[in-house]
Amino acid sequence: MLAKRVIPCLDVKDGRVVKGVNFLSLRDAGDPVENAKIYNDEGADELVFLDITASYEARKTMVDVVRNVARQVFMPFTVGGGISSIEDIRDMLNAGCDKVSINTSAVKRPQLVKEASDKFGTQCIVVAIDAKSGTKGGWEVYIKGGRESTGIDAVEWAKKAASLGAGEILLTSMDRDGTKNGFDIALTRAVSSAVNIPVIASGGCGGLDDFVDVFRQAGADAALAASIFHFREFSIKEVKEKLRSSGIIVRNQ
Amino acid sequence: MDYGLFLVKYLLRSMVYGPIRICDMIGIIDYGSGNLMSVYNAFKYLGQDVRVCGKPSELDIADKIVLPGVGSSRAAMDCLSEKGLLDAIIGAIKKGKNFLGLCLGLQLLLETSEESGGCDCLGLFKGTVRLFPGNMGLKVPHMGWNTVGFGKRDCPIFKGIPDNSYFYFVHSYYCDNRDEAITAGVTGYGLDFTSAVWDANVFALQFHPERSQENGLRILRNFIEL
Repeated sequence: MLAKRVIPCLDVKDGRVVKGVNFLSLRDAGDPVENAKIYNDEGADELVFLDITASYEARKTMVDVVRNVARQVFMPFTVGGGISSIEDIRDMLNAGCDKVSINTSAVKRPQLVKEASDKFGTQCIVVAIDAKSGTKGGWEVYIKGGRESTGIDAVEWAKKAASLGAGEILLTSMDRDGTKNGFDIALTRAVSSAVNIPVIASGGCGGLDDFVDVFRQAGADAALAASIFHFREFSIKEVKEKLRSSGIIVRNQ
Repeated sequence: MDYGLFLVKYLLRSMVYGPIRICDMIGIIDYGSGNLMSVYNAFKYLGQDVRVCGKPSELDIADKIVLPGVGSSRAAMDCLSEKGLLDAIIGAIKKGKNFLGLCLGLQLLLETSEESGGCDCLGLFKGTVRLFPGNMGLKVPHMGWNTVGFGKRDCPIFKGIPDNSYFYFVHSYYCDNRDEAITAGVTGYGLDFTSAVWDANVFALQFHPERSQENGLRILRNFIEL
């Protein structure tokens, strides 16, 4: 049986991990390779690197980060943040990541999803959706790191992205992000049941039960979390033990 | 890699270490499909001499051959044929060189694929590559970690790996293989499909050992040590 995936997310700025493993044993806490290796050893199923570098020039360093990680860590990883063209996607894939996640640029020009999946295969194109509950019910898509509303319905956008050739949806609840109140079950369920591609739930994870709920109640295929792993509140191992004891299939190493 | 440079390197290495069997090199077939770098990186990481081969002449000097690949069967077959690599691959296999097909590199070994409106493949093994049916309530692509049952055959590239270990899969099409004699691994996703084949010097896997952490690297090491 296919296992449910547990995915830590690392924020990278100017080539350095700025929100990563808060580990005293790390010689260099900002080194993306060292961070990746720790999660590799802990049994993470995949990694996501989110480039939060502000300037366009500095973003080129992300390609070097990807290249270095790819030489030493042999698990699937996704890169996102500021990717806006076929060239950007090609650079990242050639550097050695498995998947590229696109957000704002996909909303602005949905055809990019089609062009990219035609060119590189659907399996490596992840569409990231930042969603926030709207005033008239449902959820609205936000872009530019959650700063700009679009008026687009999140479930409709997910369906469209899937039909254009996205291989996976990375769905972040802006209502829950940073709250530790648990994943947004209703949002995740709505999107996951509307599309036939895998959905990664993100935003709001605060404890072990949240993982159980998002898999059992919302039908997520994977769950992504950042701070609870980085600050060692829980290890990947503990999450997996909890999931296993709750009857959810996870990978043992 | 040009041949001259390769010879110079070989002669230098021979002078330092004594005669080295030229067969110490693994050639990864480059046919314009993505994701061969991760396979390359994994062999490098294991200390293996590995080259990217885009021409039949480059494949000729490789001792073992890896056919990686993601993307569509038809594009892959067209590109391999344009580069004259189809005959080179078949020739190498007939000569007894150890061959490892990964993901699409497995699917291309069957007779036909349903992908992109249907296309002929290498036909080394019986069977057809089919799309996962949409009526089983399963997400497609089949993406993530799934188990591989090794069955009763003692496939040498699975040496030291427990039966039903997890490996990383990403694919929308699966091998509907009609020949149980060559099946070396089976995985369940709505239906049971062939996730590994082994016939003499030919090994092929639906999953990505280069992405499957320790168990995956062990497979690549076993292949190096064949």
